[in-house]
Amino acid sequence: MDPIIKPTNEERKGDVVTPAADKGWFYADAVKEHFFRPKNFLEGDEVEYKDAAMGMVGSPACGDAMKVWIRVQKDNEGNERITDFKWKTFGCASAIASTSMMSVMVTENGGMTVEQALKLRPQDIMERLGGLPARKVHCSVLGDKALRSAINDYFRKSDQQERIIVEHGRIIDKVLKVTDHDIEEAVLDGAHTLEQVQAKTKVGTGDASCIPEVEQLIRFYKDKYFG
Amino acid sequence: MQKIIYMDHAASTPMSSEVLEVMRPYFTEIYGNPSSFHSVGLQAKSAVDASRTKIAEILHAHADEILFTSGGTESDNMAVLGIPRFYKKKLKELLGEEAIPHVITSAIEHHAVLEPLLLLEKKGEITLTQIKPDEFGQIDPKDIKEALKPETVLISIMMANNEIGTINPIADIGRMVLTWRKEKKTIFPFFHSDACQATGAIELNVEQLHTDLLTINGSKMYGPKGVGALYLRRGTRIDPLTIGGGQERGMRAGTEAVPLIVGFAKALELAQAHRETESARLTVLRDQLAEGLLKIPKTRLNGHPTERLPNSVNVSFLDIEGEACILYLDAKGIMTSTGSACASTSLDPSHVILATGLSYEAAHGSIRFTLGASNTKEDVEYVLSVMPEIVEMLRKISPTNLDMKHFT
Repeated sequence: MDPIIKPTNEERKGDVVTPAADKGWFYADAVKEHFFRPKNFLEGDEVEYKDAAMGMVGSPACGDAMKVWIRVQKDNEGNERITDFKWKTFGCASAIASTSMMSVMVTENGGMTVEQALKLRPQDIMERLGGLPARKVHCSVLGDKALRSAINDYFRKSDQQERIIVEHGRIIDKVLKVTDHDIEEAVLDGAHTLEQVQAKTKVGTGDASCIPEVEQLIRFYKDKYFG
Repeated sequence: MQKIIYMDHAASTPMSSEVLEVMRPYFTEIYGNPSSFHSVGLQAKSAVDASRTKIAEILHAHADEILFTSGGTESDNMAVLGIPRFYKKKLKELLGEEAIPHVITSAIEHHAVLEPLLLLEKKGEITLTQIKPDEFGQIDPKDIKEALKPETVLISIMMANNEIGTINPIADIGRMVLTWRKEKKTIFPFFHSDACQATGAIELNVEQLHTDLLTINGSKMYGPKGVGALYLRRGTRIDPLTIGGGQERGMRAGTEAVPLIVGFAKALELAQAHRETESARLTVLRDQLAEGLLKIPKTRLNGHPTERLPNSVNVSFLDIEGEACILYLDAKGIMTSTGSACASTSLDPSHVILATGLSYEAAHGSIRFTLGASNTKEDVEYVLSVMPEIVEMLRKISPTNLDMKHFT
């Protein structure tokens, strides 16, 4: 057979690089670390975490699904801290790494207080990961939603119904729990078409029936801010 | 250093050293422009002519029927944009001013065929019928026949699918087209096939395939990237996409990429010469790989069980996502690709796998292994030794536990 010149590792380096980092790998080192050695994922039976507060978002049909479990304990000063965080994720490297990183951020230094955790944004997770390629941002936007959903479950389980926080704004995409506020943020962030808003939020990929409403909202916010 | 097991030959192949050797002089020694009248130019021209003749012989075509292009995408674009645009006027003369050219293609074509056709449809230049394949990704000639109309100017059906490897009955479609034209006493429709994935596996005899246009390219058959050809049967006309100095019979202007053309012809010659022995060798490896992968629970083979390219194995694993899987494989030195949305620029998974009727869930978990010259039995055994643990690991961190009904 024909002698073939096989590409060496060195030659392959140019194949997949992000414009931002000349590392020969598509993702930053922190993403790689959390993807190949995920921290705090729920190994073993989910039954062990039956008593914990649980939150879930996404579906495998849209390419990402996340499930998180948290345990909250009061510290000496009476603050409710998240001391245990376990997760499972169906998704790409970005999705797995962001959930893993989130689990570390939430539980490090004695654990975030519930109030702090409620304020966690996808941008904070991405920053700790050293950034994600632009077209991968939408893979990381579900983690904080799953966390807030779990915190609500904690409020429910600990009989603090009055603290349950309805997602900021009105839920537009029921599968991915994308709200009108998320769409507003995306438009403010420069996404002016359905495709661009989807690239930031994934809205409509799980439940396409919401797309007409999403398009209407995009027009509304575009008029409002850029008129 | 970790060994690299390259199993993504449908994406691109390494160039063979034999091809490189024949190309080498045309970069620095025989550098002339084939359009020049001096002897340096004539040397380049005769190299291009010889390459054209060689390719024509392999295709059982005439040399003037071979147009050199920059690759598969350009050849496909020239065919599917060029035919409706050229024959629009003729069609109106025959059927009246209201007549709009109709094109038949399949739902599993490469984007280089689908996107330009969708653009023409959007602009109102054509009406378009996309034939759905069966569950194995195969197109039934009967479905094409049913879709035929007097306005049908072009049928474009790929020879073998790039994602799942299913081979289409191109010769049967070709014969059906010939019969239709004879019965209706018409020149329409013309028949184009994209054969980019098939060059090393299928005999490309246009007299037996009955195609009027045929796309082939270099980078899938151990040749150079950036070069391809469009076979255009005598009597078939297209509107050109590039206009300028009149090269390639006025249908593709621009100075000929002499070294690439020389390499391309050599690569096609080698691919067709090794076709039978290499296909037989790869089929054994392919079946061994598929059989081993399917032993992993909750997996399914995508594509046709037998009428499939000898190098192609596409498998869906439930409960895991394809991009995560190919990156874990990459870490083990194994290069593959996926139909998952996350590995593309869109948010939707592979249109090919969805068109075979598979669920979104299963399409997101599809992995394509495409074998080639460098792969051995040991490579296949290595892949089979690491794949179960990768799937197990990703399933362990996955919250889903999907039912097998997602495969039906």
